[in-house]
Amino acid sequence: MSSVDFINENISWKDITPAGNVYEGGTANDFRTGDWRISIPEFLADKCKQCLLCTPVCPDSAIPVKDGKREDFDFEHCKGCGICAKVCPFGAIVMKKEEK
Amino acid sequence: MVNFKEIMSRPERLTGGHRMCAGCGGTIAVRNVLKALKPEDKAVIANATGCLEVSTFMYPYTAWTDSYIHNAFENAGATLSGVEAAYNVMKRKGKIDDTFKFIAFGGDGGTYDIGFQSLSGAMERNHDMVYVCYDNGAYMNTGIQRSSATPMYADTTTTPAGKVSPGKMQNRKDLAEIIASHHIPYVAQTTFIGNFRDLHEKAEKAIYTKGAAYLNIMAPCPRGWRYPTENIMEMCKLGVETCYWPMFEVIDGKWILNYKPKNKLPIEDFLKPQGRFKHLFKKGNEQLLEQFQKEVDDRWEQLLKFCEE
Amino acid sequence: MAIRERLSGNEAVAIAMRQINPDVMAAFPITPSTEIPQYFSTFCANGQVDTEFVPVESEHSAMSACVGSEAAGARTLTATSSCGLALMWEELYIAASCRLPIALACVNRALSGPININCDHSDSMGARDAGWIQIYSENNQEAYDNFVQAYRIAEHKDVRLPIMICQDGFITSHAVENISLLEDNEVRDFVGDYNPDEYLLNESHSMAVGPYDIPSYYMEHKKQQAVAMENAKQVILDVAAEFEKLSGRKYGLFETYKLEDAECALVIINSAAGTAKDAVDKLRAEGKKVGLLKIRVFRPFPAEEIAEALKNVKVIAVMDRCEGFSSQGGPLGAEVKSALYTAGSTAKVVDYIYGIGGRDVKVENIEEVYGALFDILATGNVGETYRYLSLRD
Repeated sequence: MSSVDFINENISWKDITPAGNVYEGGTANDFRTGDWRISIPEFLADKCKQCLLCTPVCPDSAIPVKDGKREDFDFEHCKGCGICAKVCPFGAIVMKKEEK
Repeated sequence: MVNFKEIMSRPERLTGGHRMCAGCGGTIAVRNVLKALKPEDKAVIANATGCLEVSTFMYPYTAWTDSYIHNAFENAGATLSGVEAAYNVMKRKGKIDDTFKFIAFGGDGGTYDIGFQSLSGAMERNHDMVYVCYDNGAYMNTGIQRSSATPMYADTTTTPAGKVSPGKMQNRKDLAEIIASHHIPYVAQTTFIGNFRDLHEKAEKAIYTKGAAYLNIMAPCPRGWRYPTENIMEMCKLGVETCYWPMFEVIDGKWILNYKPKNKLPIEDFLKPQGRFKHLFKKGNEQLLEQFQKEVDDRWEQLLKFCEE
Repeated sequence: MAIRERLSGNEAVAIAMRQINPDVMAAFPITPSTEIPQYFSTFCANGQVDTEFVPVESEHSAMSACVGSEAAGARTLTATSSCGLALMWEELYIAASCRLPIALACVNRALSGPININCDHSDSMGARDAGWIQIYSENNQEAYDNFVQAYRIAEHKDVRLPIMICQDGFITSHAVENISLLEDNEVRDFVGDYNPDEYLLNESHSMAVGPYDIPSYYMEHKKQQAVAMENAKQVILDVAAEFEKLSGRKYGLFETYKLEDAECALVIINSAAGTAKDAVDKLRAEGKKVGLLKIRVFRPFPAEEIAEALKNVKVIAVMDRCEGFSSQGGPLGAEVKSALYTAGSTAKVVDYIYGIGGRDVKVENIEEVYGALFDILATGNVGETYRYLSLRD
């Protein structure tokens, strides 16, 4: 449930936020771009050395890092561009065809 | 000195769910600049119209966790000047306690071209802000038209390579140098290399240097440059190793070269993987490549002089 | 206690600004409004105001900075004229659509080209559909009074729209006249503090301004803007009533002068109304039933009220101090005729283009207009409805 859910294509002009202002940061987090993928990265945790070189290159903020360690992908947002797999020195990310 | 693991563990200030293309360099630049903000500091972001703006704040979805304002194409500098002025007076009047930092993002269209005057004004007035150009070398949002940041001979939709024209006929404007001539406290040029130490350090200096700062970040666009999306880091590396995109900073007027390739690669290495330069590799166009190389060499030599290398 | 002074219109507006003590002024000089930021910079330099003055490099940047500043939560203003306002054009729409109650002192001057520094209304009339409230001023007193009322109107929760206070370049901006000023504390109490509900520098939560608005939402946002402009009418009247209690000076949506039993009347804006009142007095002394309606509020346009005020007038000249190049007359003519038509009026109406590029408007010129109206009244023949006044043939 998102704080901007009430803004949808059925909203009246009386209820919409003035000027298109949004009174909260990061509401795009609720928008799914994961279904854009045609390739999907697979994270092989056993091969990962936690060098984090994959984390700054992600254009979609889809590699969560917690206390210096990366976690599995955020597939809600990952668009499958493959940059992370390319920069991984340890073969810990492999790109596969997305099964829809 | 920045700590990579600490920086990457900081909260994301640009969320996923924005509509930029898969593999976009623009968002890589933005995310990593924002990583340099201290987590306890707040920020107001200004954004020139462009891919970044229409994709990161499509009503009602903002990808920015900080306060954000998009005004128009040509005025991110002036808009953020106003925000910073408001902050100064509201802080003075005791209406605000927290520290806010001010960061503008524009593409090369909104920065080198239509927003040039507004940027120059904001820099000259020395507002305490950072202007970041994510430079992908063309107006990508409207469909890859040339800009003054487009390299010579690039095939764009307004400088198409044709039977009698080899693409854009003019040289690329050197905006970082022009902004340095505003004699502001901090100017730097960078791109995506390795663990982004160069970019993170420059972003941190730019944000936390009092007064105006400018960051010029080469941010490749896979659509406009026509290279396979996953190869962005290779593209950036070749840009730097060929000296097409030198990494430098200008601190209080002093020019510093941050990286000098041991073996400067020929410009072909940077141009060949890009579809927009495909025509340069046809037989008979060798002199165009030579001319491109000469331009890169001349500029590199000049930069070495500036940096007293 | 009223303060009796002798001031030019620009000085009067600058003093109103000082008394309001806004948070931010971003401005770029252009004749004839230049003096306003000059006076104001002096107030800043002498510590008479707490304002941040942003000396931008163009009017486009002036309005851009105003948008940033007002969105950030600061009470913001600027001043400009002519091409300066034209350069702001894109930003005027954005300020209005962002619902930012910025105040702008517009000192009316002809638009280029050819370049001309003198008065006409082509600048603010060109911006009439940008979504700004527009209030016009006959003299320095009205310019001052209107500016003091500006933020109370613009910042009202039912409105939240930018406001433009207009006066005539040189004619009132530079002419020194007697004026009655309010005390500083009276103005400050009347205007009040600015504490918007939502703003960029809010420490409690982030805010995003200026989205890409898809077809599913753009129209709803525009309707809200249109309703805010409709709401402005009542707010303008309420603020004027409160201002009257403070100052003793009465303002409405427009002023009527000897209109009650008039057969022939003018509709006119700004300083030439003063000249026209002299002509009315002169003709009234000759027993002629003439009157005038002086527009104060052009946006929102008080169409019903104007039609009602003109309902007994038989022949009307609408005086446009700018061309519209519609080949039908100027913008005021179009608006007034539309108002009359909607109200079912059968009055005969002609539109005069007058005074453009600073062409002098004298009492005898206005008498000539009334003379023409009486000809129409006598013959029933309107003739040409799109006329030029004081044009050499």
